[in-house]
Amino acid sequence: MAQLVETKATARRTKRWRGRLLPYLLSLPALLVCIAILVPFVTAAVYSLQRYRLNLPYLRGFIGIDNYIDFLSDPAFWNTLRISLVYTAVTVIAELLLGLGIALLLRRPTRFHNAVSIMLLLPLMTAPAIAALMWKLMTNPSFGILSYLVGLLGVHDFKWASDPSTALFTVVLVDVWVYTPFIMILLLAGLRSLPRQPFEAAALDGVPASFVFFRITLPMLAPYIITASLFRLLDSIQQFDIVYAMTQGGPGDRLMVFQVQAYLEFFQYTNVGRSAALLMILWLITNILSNIFIKNWLRLRERAHGHA
Amino acid sequence: MDHSSLAGRIFRGIALALVLLFFMFPIVWILLMSFQTNEQILRIPPRILFEPTFANYEALISGQLKTAAGNLQLTFMRNLMNSFVLSSASVILALLLGVPAAYAFARFKFRLGETIAFTLLSFRFAPPLLVLLPLSLYYQQLGLNDTYFGIVWVYQLIALPLILWIVRGYFEDISPDIEHAYRLAGHSWREAFTRIAVPLAGPGIAAAGLLSFIFCWNNFVFALILASADKQPVTVGALAFVTASGIQYGQIAAAIVLSVTPTLLLALYAQRYLVEGLSLGAVKG
Repeated sequence: MAQLVETKATARRTKRWRGRLLPYLLSLPALLVCIAILVPFVTAAVYSLQRYRLNLPYLRGFIGIDNYIDFLSDPAFWNTLRISLVYTAVTVIAELLLGLGIALLLRRPTRFHNAVSIMLLLPLMTAPAIAALMWKLMTNPSFGILSYLVGLLGVHDFKWASDPSTALFTVVLVDVWVYTPFIMILLLAGLRSLPRQPFEAAALDGVPASFVFFRITLPMLAPYIITASLFRLLDSIQQFDIVYAMTQGGPGDRLMVFQVQAYLEFFQYTNVGRSAALLMILWLITNILSNIFIKNWLRLRERAHGHA
Repeated sequence: MDHSSLAGRIFRGIALALVLLFFMFPIVWILLMSFQTNEQILRIPPRILFEPTFANYEALISGQLKTAAGNLQLTFMRNLMNSFVLSSASVILALLLGVPAAYAFARFKFRLGETIAFTLLSFRFAPPLLVLLPLSLYYQQLGLNDTYFGIVWVYQLIALPLILWIVRGYFEDISPDIEHAYRLAGHSWREAFTRIAVPLAGPGIAAAGLLSFIFCWNNFVFALILASADKQPVTVGALAFVTASGIQYGQIAAAIVLSVTPTLLLALYAQRYLVEGLSLGAVKG
């Protein structure tokens, strides 16, 4: 009898144990992937502190933060930083304004508007690297339709991505083509989920449209705008596919954004240490940016909820 | 805002027409190009009306490119096949790993739960090359470079976070009461999970799967670094194809069309889920 009670108690205890372990067991496989990915990440951090060139393996050794310090005096690094930030700022602002404009146009859920928003999914579903190829064909100087069209406008030597003065414009155009629909979808979802009362009240009072837009629509949409631009910002500063497929960082070093520079540093100059340091700097920048944005997002969300 | 005035309506009509022109034109133009011969493509001014040819697609599908210099072998269909294998294997694996984890995060409050969930999502925000470049060195030592297994393992980085977060949201929206009732009737949690929770979250799981399939299919940089010619998906293969086929522009256009068709069809078929999946976080925010 005593034994039976004891086994019952043990059974209950193991059952409770199992219940507590269950969530860990369920998430363990995903967790293992997560740990497996941390290994190369930590490795990269270690590499960034080393003199490590694939073609000169015997020179390998720790040099502290020398790789990082070297960048400070390297004009190529400052060019990379500058062009990455410019690229990010231009694409995010352009996509935000355009995406917001299109979302406002499609705001009312008519059948036609819904059809248009579905069509706008198609660029987003095109692989960015493939989209770059499409635009490369369209801007080809000998037969590209866009080269032909600007020719009709009287501009005959417009060289698109192959000229330093227009390369940034061209690549930004491709980025805008691919990603504006993403912002549009998020903002459209936001616009359509806003409460109606403030707008009805404003209409009754005969408040001018610009006032409604700047004082009601925009503030209430702010959390959506922050989310959308955060996603785009983090992707844009890490842009690789479009720039690499279109120009490989050229012409010259005109479009040498962070990841393209790091890729070339690794494969062309086989300098693992410098490549890793460059990527660590990029990682730091994206972390700082996302923290600033998430803080603002939380504040805005509170305010939006408080007002609603 | 008052949209009913005539001027306002005209303005909106023109604006929408320009939007559609800008976003649809490249897709339509490349499609037209893919049915043209090189001579037709190089003709100036370009013509909208032309005699369509299927030669570009025939060359790609048969893998034989006839040029003045002789026959050239094309591996394009293999690239397409690789995309299918890599994307579907990654999504299936990510679902097997991600759905139980999403269930755990949605149903149980446990120590480190939020930390783990957030860490998994944060991979989405790290520069891909930061992980890929050291990994390529490891892979060379381990012999995993250029194997399907090695590439699929890394594709998890695209699919897993997405599945985890979308499916988690779905599980959270489903009331746990039915599961509790089912458990009280004497069934194990495993039965409650597979017979009640997973079927109820079906639409969410399908949406997450579709979306991550598209993202895997569209990925470029993972395969660029870890795969050599015979394992390359279309995104990388198409880029190589441009240099290999030289000035066969019609075939490049056809290759582009073939490489985007699967995702575009999927997107059109499942657009309702996709929009929901894409805007889920923002809507719930």
